[in-house]
Amino acid sequence: MKKLAIVLLVALLVAALSAACLAEADKPFAGTEIKVYNWEDYIDREVLNLFEEETGCHVNYVTFSQNEDMYTKLSTGAESYDVVIPSEYMIERLIKEDLIAELNLDNIPNLENVVDSMRDPIYDPGNAHSIPYMWGTLGIVYNTEMVTEPVTSWTALLEKHNGKTFMMDSMRDSLAIGLIVNGYDLNSDNAEELEAAREWLLAQKDSGVLDGYILDQAKDMMAGNEAAMAVMYSGDALYAMEKNDALAYVIPDEGSNVWVDGMCVPKSAQNKEAAECFINFMCRPDIARMNMDYIYYSSPIRQVAENLSEEEMASTAMSPTDEMLERCEFYIDISTFENGWLYDDIWMDVLM
Amino acid sequence: MKRSWYATPYALWMLLFAVVPLLFVCWYAFTTPEGAFTLSNFQEFVKPRYLGVIVRSLKLAVYCTVLCLLIGYPTAYFLAGRDFNHAQSLVVLILLPMWMNLLLRTYAMMTLLDDNGVLNAALTALGLGKITVIGTEGAVVLGLVYNYLPFMVLPIYTVLKKMDYSVIEAAEDLGCNPIRVITRVVIPMSVPGIVSGITMVFMPAVTSFAISTLLSNGKIRLAGDLIDYIFNQSSNPTRWNIGSSFSLIMLVLILISIGFLRKVDPDNEGGGMW
Repeated sequence: MKKLAIVLLVALLVAALSAACLAEADKPFAGTEIKVYNWEDYIDREVLNLFEEETGCHVNYVTFSQNEDMYTKLSTGAESYDVVIPSEYMIERLIKEDLIAELNLDNIPNLENVVDSMRDPIYDPGNAHSIPYMWGTLGIVYNTEMVTEPVTSWTALLEKHNGKTFMMDSMRDSLAIGLIVNGYDLNSDNAEELEAAREWLLAQKDSGVLDGYILDQAKDMMAGNEAAMAVMYSGDALYAMEKNDALAYVIPDEGSNVWVDGMCVPKSAQNKEAAECFINFMCRPDIARMNMDYIYYSSPIRQVAENLSEEEMASTAMSPTDEMLERCEFYIDISTFENGWLYDDIWMDVLM
Repeated sequence: MKRSWYATPYALWMLLFAVVPLLFVCWYAFTTPEGAFTLSNFQEFVKPRYLGVIVRSLKLAVYCTVLCLLIGYPTAYFLAGRDFNHAQSLVVLILLPMWMNLLLRTYAMMTLLDDNGVLNAALTALGLGKITVIGTEGAVVLGLVYNYLPFMVLPIYTVLKKMDYSVIEAAEDLGCNPIRVITRVVIPMSVPGIVSGITMVFMPAVTSFAISTLLSNGKIRLAGDLIDYIFNQSSNPTRWNIGSSFSLIMLVLILISIGFLRKVDPDNEGGGMW
């Protein structure tokens, strides 16, 4: 009798275990792990849980605050990542330097969901290395109660307002503003034009109207009425505007930067297939919508882009008009420019 | 087994995480990215912008050290007093903030000093006007003082506590007034503690980073921030070499100040914490 009980118990255990195994085996990447390297505050964390539930693949999620930080980590090879999400000019550089792998697009059928205008981009023909994650613009957020005149120009950043003014702690974005206000292209490789940008940025720093160079703090400061004006990306702008009705976002008349952040798989990835599965997952309309609702950037997924609410359609930050976008330009990688070193040189002068 | 062998784990640790990295720093500082010997990395720092950062770092570190001494010495003197029984618990209170990470403490400072922060809320409640602290050099000095004050109090406290009280009684018996007791007896005898405190505060202050960026909204950057920028964000191909040479320059500056202070306190009476 005792024996029988033991046999039964063992049988039951085996059955339970194999059932558990079967359930696990349904999940294609059970027991594996990928390391995802993304911008700070740039995903709905719930999405990661859903991915883990559906695939069994654990996501080790780490963040950076600037493209240049990400580049340093990736290029020194000290750590390996499975998915990185840099901006277009950085993707261009990573391709040039052979740091990111060609994607197996068979594993990413959801590329179909990406709107046509975002597919086959100039920085990565045929989406061979990157799948767009989010896009947006660079602009100015201002508090209409502190700045009563409507802002239309970058030169507003040189005027004294009834509150604080902040630039962005980001080399390319600040240099772009310095170039644009002087009437030059934001991808300039001309030493004289760049020197003009240097002078403008230094004059702005010394003028006493500027209160600092910040990144993620800006949205909370604007939302909390602690600042009158800040240079910001469109999604952060929208985040702040949701919390404070007095805020407005503008893409200045002189033009600005439109950017795309793309999901890439580094050459050093440990688990490329799971990484591609993750990228595919992120292109699912319901997931893209979740992320968009959380971070307020514009999704390139067609089913999302075509089903925006009226309010979202009317928002300059979420849906800039074609006329606005015509004024905007992608950044180009400057690492191979003859005068590309000046960008870094100028930015150090401004910061230090 | 010889007694000195017990230090092997520590020796290995130092070798791996102090000596070897230092050798790397030296190697990078004196070479080009291709590995050829050069001194050009050091020439970079004759440029006014780098000199400006060094001068600013030294200036703010001096302010911080002086303030720490002015606040820390009376505190230590009070704690070491013979008729005071609760010194131990107060010393724990001084140490308490150090149980928390430096960055967290600095974020707390940001919240306190913010335009809409606790400080300004209190000032407004008292009917006084708001003041802007964040973004000024004062905020950075305040942050440095807040973070490094315990390093000034503790060595001075240790020295004063060990001091023979009968010396003070002798001075009093011989007709010293209380002020002269302090200036002629107590302070001279606590010089080792003062020297130790100054070093312990000045060194981390002059090489500090992040504190300055956070409390100035990125407007005021110190030598540590510069090194951080060069290594982590610069796209210059020689960034490791330039960053290393700058690190070496800072190291030499610190060694010089230690050497100078050793002269003042040759017997390491201040606890030799450095």
